[in-house]
Amino acid sequence: MMKLLRHKLFGPTVLAVLLFFAPLIISTYSVMILSEILIMGLMAISFNLLLGYTGLLSFGQGAFFGLGAYCAALMLQAGYQNLFLILLVGMLASLLASLVVGFFSVRLDEIFFAMITLGFGMLFFSIAHNWLDVTGGSDGLPVFVLPSLSLLGNEITFYEPTRMYYLVFGIVLLGLVLLWLIVHSPFGLILKAMRENKQRVSFVGGNVRLLRIVAFAISGAFTGLAGVLFCLFNSMATPEFMHWSFSAKPVIMSIIGGTGVFLGPLFGAGIFFVLEQIIIQYTENWMLFLGIVLVPIVLFFPQGVFGTLRNKIFKQGVK
Amino acid sequence: MEILLLNILNGLSWGMLLFLIAVGLTTVFGVLGVLNFAHGSLFMLGAYLCMQTMQLFDSFWLGLLIGPLCAVFVGLLIEKFLLKRVYGRDVSFQLLLTFAVLLILDDAVRVIWGSGYHVVEPPAILNGIISVAGQDYPVYRLFLVLIGPLIGGLLWAFFHYTKWGKIIRAASFDNIMAEGVGINVPLIYTSVFALGTWLAALGGALAAPQQSLIPSMGEKIIIESFIVVVVGGMGSFPGAFVGALMLGLLESFGTVFAGRMQMAIPYILLAVILLVKPTGLFRKGV
Repeated sequence: MMKLLRHKLFGPTVLAVLLFFAPLIISTYSVMILSEILIMGLMAISFNLLLGYTGLLSFGQGAFFGLGAYCAALMLQAGYQNLFLILLVGMLASLLASLVVGFFSVRLDEIFFAMITLGFGMLFFSIAHNWLDVTGGSDGLPVFVLPSLSLLGNEITFYEPTRMYYLVFGIVLLGLVLLWLIVHSPFGLILKAMRENKQRVSFVGGNVRLLRIVAFAISGAFTGLAGVLFCLFNSMATPEFMHWSFSAKPVIMSIIGGTGVFLGPLFGAGIFFVLEQIIIQYTENWMLFLGIVLVPIVLFFPQGVFGTLRNKIFKQGVK
Repeated sequence: MEILLLNILNGLSWGMLLFLIAVGLTTVFGVLGVLNFAHGSLFMLGAYLCMQTMQLFDSFWLGLLIGPLCAVFVGLLIEKFLLKRVYGRDVSFQLLLTFAVLLILDDAVRVIWGSGYHVVEPPAILNGIISVAGQDYPVYRLFLVLIGPLIGGLLWAFFHYTKWGKIIRAASFDNIMAEGVGINVPLIYTSVFALGTWLAALGGALAAPQQSLIPSMGEKIIIESFIVVVVGGMGSFPGAFVGALMLGLLESFGTVFAGRMQMAIPYILLAVILLVKPTGLFRKGV
């Protein structure tokens, strides 16, 4: 029994089953919150590919999230309705953008890397905010028609929150499986090696710069995917997605959840939104309480809430 | 020609404010090794405390004196109870902790003073318009252009000619060595953070008559001060001065030649400098 509990796929499988049946039990409003948690969880786990696995603190992930969202909004406004085409284009655009940003940024480390990615992110924000003809400026781009999916001859639409949830669930699950495979591949192992000691990686013949660019681009592409989903979910793409305060969200979520565990950032996203829902019932000052909650988490949970608890329960050290 | 002069003056007055914020930020980074996200909120707090003091005593000069000192008290609490615990921890934890402080301070100010705009009148002697090259120009901005180098010069003299200044420089170069020769490094850390807070809050108090007070006023300036600090070289005193003036002038002239895209200028400057000279224009060392 304990052996089954300890199996590394046991927890994720239970979680996926629970998430699949969740809409049967919880209210429509909660289903929408859960969709948002999944989308932001995908963004946070993509971000953690950089922070937790590669050791790079990116403060500009909002740029790629926003780019995915704008791609989706622009394509839908232009009349392209194919769901997969929209997802693909959004991902590709973010992939290209993150290749360019990564090319310039990865030679820097630590705080310098955080600052240059913050700078690039705000550059994208400035463009989105000021290129009125294309992006609609600070108002953003609204989406009126959602793409539909033909399955076995039936046309499935996503206007209903539960259907939107299953769309989000399916895509996020697919994204997470891909990311899991990447993290547990030899490539993922090299990323961890670079986090520990990039000089040694280059001594044994690893091209640190190229590997980092690839990691940055993968992270950017999946962040863009999350952005496309968020645009469909939210029916809106706004410049705020690209602002540094939005880029701070995956950082917060990853650290709340724990950067040393693959699903940690998803739990972080869950804690973030549940906290928000609880706090805004009592007060308008959600930021104040978020700050007050963050302080002890940073000080007393070095591996994040989920990571620290898991290590306590299973008494296993961090990898 | 007049336009040129006015733009230079505008750039200098904004640059001098940026310098006051950035010099505190860079000194704190140079000594403590922490890039303080909440530095802009201390700037904002300084402006509000100055306004509050002015309402109590009806004097801008008292506000300029007392407001920043009250902010220093808040800064001391932050260092003693929070920052102290994350020295030597990973950068992401330090950034997130100071980000949490930013959230708390911004919302606390919103609770205390409301989220609306507040206006601070400059003192009578500086509240007027003077003719510069045939154009009307606010006296207060000229005052800012002058006060920046004055405070900068005093700070420079403090770091180079006083014992305390020398001790701080020693601790910023090598804190273990400094501890070895009997310097109380934790005390230095606390005092440097207090000094940084004072500079930020003083900048806020000086900015108060020039811009409207809103709780989010720190968020714009913190990003620009980050840029100044990185461009000038993290931990570099002259770097902060040069970087702040560069950014101030570029932004001022940006309104002329870049139009709407003026907003992107600071980030382009940041990217260019980091690519050409990743360590910034000047070497570390306050």
